[in-house]
Amino acid sequence: MTKGSRKLEHWSRRRVLRGMLNGGAVTLGLPLLNCFLNQSGTAFASGNDLPLRFGTWFWGLGMASQVFVPKRIGAGFDLPEEIAALDSVRDDINVFTNFNAFRDSSPNLCHYSGWIIMRTGQAPANGDDRPGETIDVTIARALSRTSRFKALTATATGDVRTSYSYENANSPNVAEPSPLNFYQRVFGPDYQDPNAPTFTPNPSIMVRKSVLSGVLDQTRELMNTVGSEDRARLDQYFTGLRDLERQFEMQLTKPEPIAACHPVTPPTEDPRSGIDSDTVAERHRMLTDLMVMALACDQTRVFNMAYSAAFASTIKAGYEKPHHTTTHEEAVDQGLGYQPTASWFTRQAMEGWAYFVDAFRKVKEGDGTLLDNTLILATTDCSWARVHSLDGVPFFTAGRAGGRVKTGLHVDGNASTAARAGYTALKVCGVDVAAWGTKSNGTSREIGEMLA
Amino acid sequence: MLRFLQMHHALRGVIDSTLTELTHRFTSRRLTRVAVALVMGLHAALCLAAESFDATSPARVRLISQQQYVNTIAYVFGPTVTVSAHFAPFRRIDGLLANGASVAGVTSGQIQEFQRTAESLANQVVSAEYRNFLLPCKPAREDAADKACAAQFVGSVGRLLHRRPLDPAVQARFVREAGEAATELQDFYKGLAVALEGMLVSPDMLFIVDRTEPDPERPGQRRLDAWSLASRLSFFLWNSAPDDELLKAAELGELQTAEGRSRAVERMLASTRLETGVRAFFDDMLAFEELAILAKDPGIYPAFTGVTIADSREQTLRTIVDHLVARDRDYRDLFTSRETFISPALGILDGVVAPPGWTRYEMPADGPRAGLLTQVSFLAGHSHPGRSSPTLRGKALRELLLCQVVPRPPPDVDFSLFEDPASSLPTARERLNAHQANPICAGCHKVTDPIGLALETFDGAGQHRDNERGAPIDTGGSLDGKTFTDAAELGAVLRDNPALSACLVKRLYSYGIGGSPGKAGEKVMLPHLRERFAANGYRVPDLMRTVALSTAFSAIDEPAVVQTASAGGDR
Repeated sequence: MTKGSRKLEHWSRRRVLRGMLNGGAVTLGLPLLNCFLNQSGTAFASGNDLPLRFGTWFWGLGMASQVFVPKRIGAGFDLPEEIAALDSVRDDINVFTNFNAFRDSSPNLCHYSGWIIMRTGQAPANGDDRPGETIDVTIARALSRTSRFKALTATATGDVRTSYSYENANSPNVAEPSPLNFYQRVFGPDYQDPNAPTFTPNPSIMVRKSVLSGVLDQTRELMNTVGSEDRARLDQYFTGLRDLERQFEMQLTKPEPIAACHPVTPPTEDPRSGIDSDTVAERHRMLTDLMVMALACDQTRVFNMAYSAAFASTIKAGYEKPHHTTTHEEAVDQGLGYQPTASWFTRQAMEGWAYFVDAFRKVKEGDGTLLDNTLILATTDCSWARVHSLDGVPFFTAGRAGGRVKTGLHVDGNASTAARAGYTALKVCGVDVAAWGTKSNGTSREIGEMLA
Repeated sequence: MLRFLQMHHALRGVIDSTLTELTHRFTSRRLTRVAVALVMGLHAALCLAAESFDATSPARVRLISQQQYVNTIAYVFGPTVTVSAHFAPFRRIDGLLANGASVAGVTSGQIQEFQRTAESLANQVVSAEYRNFLLPCKPAREDAADKACAAQFVGSVGRLLHRRPLDPAVQARFVREAGEAATELQDFYKGLAVALEGMLVSPDMLFIVDRTEPDPERPGQRRLDAWSLASRLSFFLWNSAPDDELLKAAELGELQTAEGRSRAVERMLASTRLETGVRAFFDDMLAFEELAILAKDPGIYPAFTGVTIADSREQTLRTIVDHLVARDRDYRDLFTSRETFISPALGILDGVVAPPGWTRYEMPADGPRAGLLTQVSFLAGHSHPGRSSPTLRGKALRELLLCQVVPRPPPDVDFSLFEDPASSLPTARERLNAHQANPICAGCHKVTDPIGLALETFDGAGQHRDNERGAPIDTGGSLDGKTFTDAAELGAVLRDNPALSACLVKRLYSYGIGGSPGKAGEKVMLPHLRERFAANGYRVPDLMRTVALSTAFSAIDEPAVVQTASAGGDR
């Protein structure tokens, strides 16, 4: 321990916090204090554990198994060329292969059935069918009860519709494609810096909350005049208003200081519009950097990021076809045994995945990193995109979920359902369900290899 | 009854020919409208009388779209107030995003967005910069509540935002909240902003609810109440909330009479805001939201930029509005006309130097471009980032313009056998011919590719070309049995295809009533509207009038679940 940090210990937590909470503004002329954590660095000073976070990451159009699937099972797995970019984060992730997304009697809806099954455990019956809710929504109800946002969703594609999260068939959680907007939404005027030296409750919040209760009454009355389907929609709206009311309440309370939370440099401009691979990568990096700080500052505990779409139209400069078309129309190189340009797109996505994981690892939190307190589930829509195969779909996890999950493993699913990933994530995040998924994807079997 | 129908048909024939004559005699569409307003009133009454058949539409609860919200705010507070909204897009159902509004849910994240937008708007409206223009009164003291002034503001603005007079209890509550907030914050304007924020996130603002009341014309049945009818008319014709005059017509009961409704519709059709409505409809029908995320490879198409994409959308919408509204021309001629507008960015693609801004432009008579199919929005919008796609273009023509459904490709087909660009086959036609040999592919590709191949003289950016990889391009083909030799002839064949106008009728009617026509609509209303559309020379404003004045537009299906709380009596 350095001399300086020893000095800081002379400031008791109670002394600092009492000053903050004693009504009105208090100025702290000090750097962030380690004393905001407990002595072991695993919890906030209040005694609350460092929060568990859950999130998803998505890349489109699967893989080429010949150059994606590691040969070695378990720890110390090899990194074939399509996932070679994961070398720097290998010990912080798990690779899962040879799991199936079962569609049973439902049709194989191209680039659709796979991601729906991975995120809900249910096969859609048709292209308009979005069964149930996605796993992030379920987990958000457990983890994000006290955070400002239930979840944050972003996409590197530039298209708000590139989202793999929904509350129900007609309620997608639209993705934020603009770093500028993302910053404004999270760190704009309504943001309360937990480490700000002063805290002055906004006097308008209380009166705004009061008006909101009138709107809730209006909504309740309206619900009595409409049919059942519209009543359900208004009920969802009503629930959202209650969430808004809760957020107003939170803004009246001094947030607990968080050592891992640091000021964010506002982006000055968005990446240029377009979906060429360089722009997608840049947009992904900018949104990732904002996302991890939103999590570190406890603005949300659940998140979704899409690197590319299931029907990815990412462009490789000078190549006339976008990613999706390439997977179908590019010939397999007989020498290589796979489609070289399609594989190039997958490699770009894996570079993005490595960046995403590393960004969590860079944020120090307690004695470890943000990644240590996070579980990320990274999924795609198929295995071999060329024929929309749903057998052998790959996925990843990253992070140790507060010590609940082991990493650095390659797990062979032995052709079991990929919905086991969702079931395991629910268990890890404390959502107590007996089973998850339906028909052949229904499971109550965790992926035991990854559990600590 | 038979005699009545015979008289009706005879009289309607006279009126139709009179209208046609008047329309052709006047060059200005608006002058024509003024001149024939009285005749139209009689015409409308006859149309309503003729629709004694049992045509109805469902009562719906539609979520307001982002553009409708923006347009409404612009009307209520003026165009200088900035609306920074990021609302969730709707799901496209039966060809229209608008149909998705009646099933769209609202997530917690979306409500936060509504609230953020409302807070920003409210703060602008009461700001020192705007308050003198946007508020109907001044408080006695700026640092205290002023009930009378708050009530004046809440009552007038609330009526416009919620599209009906506020319920007295609701109005009283907003006024009380404004007063309490003003007292708490010691600022009248901040208190008013709090109340306005509440009005903007209210379900009466964000949901367009079809409320109903007993229909005196059809005992035992229900109809839209006057304010819901005003909203349905306004969002249909203007893509915005009703204006003050339309709400007054609702309040006075005029909208529930044939003459009053006709008068209101004529006023709306004659308004410049009709252009906004027509733009919104075609922007939706042509799926132009896809242009917002369109991207081309700059290495392959260096002249094609983000400006080109935005201008291509604007070019098509300008062409449509000019053709249909300003000139009142036959809808079908949009697919053959060479009259359009050009901008510098679009001019570059054709080697034409265009002055800044938009300029009226006629494509050369001997040039390759004629009609909407040969505009950049269609050609580039339905192509790949680095090459054209006859299949995507053919599919778009079938689905967007003819209301046909092209099945999804089978999941397990290997396309690389015939699509590999390294293939020695130089043209798309030769490569796509491989589809015809594959029975799994042939079923769908024979309905898309022949028409898409006619447009192969335009590359993936919509630029004209004479050859592909040095080989001549064969643009001949047929559409539903009618042959053509090039893109211009394809437009002509499409123009005369009965499915073209039938599709527009179906989409426009769905757009008007907020959802699919349903079986009854398909059976009763669509044939009637198709007949009227043809009789009126395929004039879209006339079709809008027919829809807006139809019984089905206001008569409501069972079950009548959305009722007017204050209607009293029969609920």
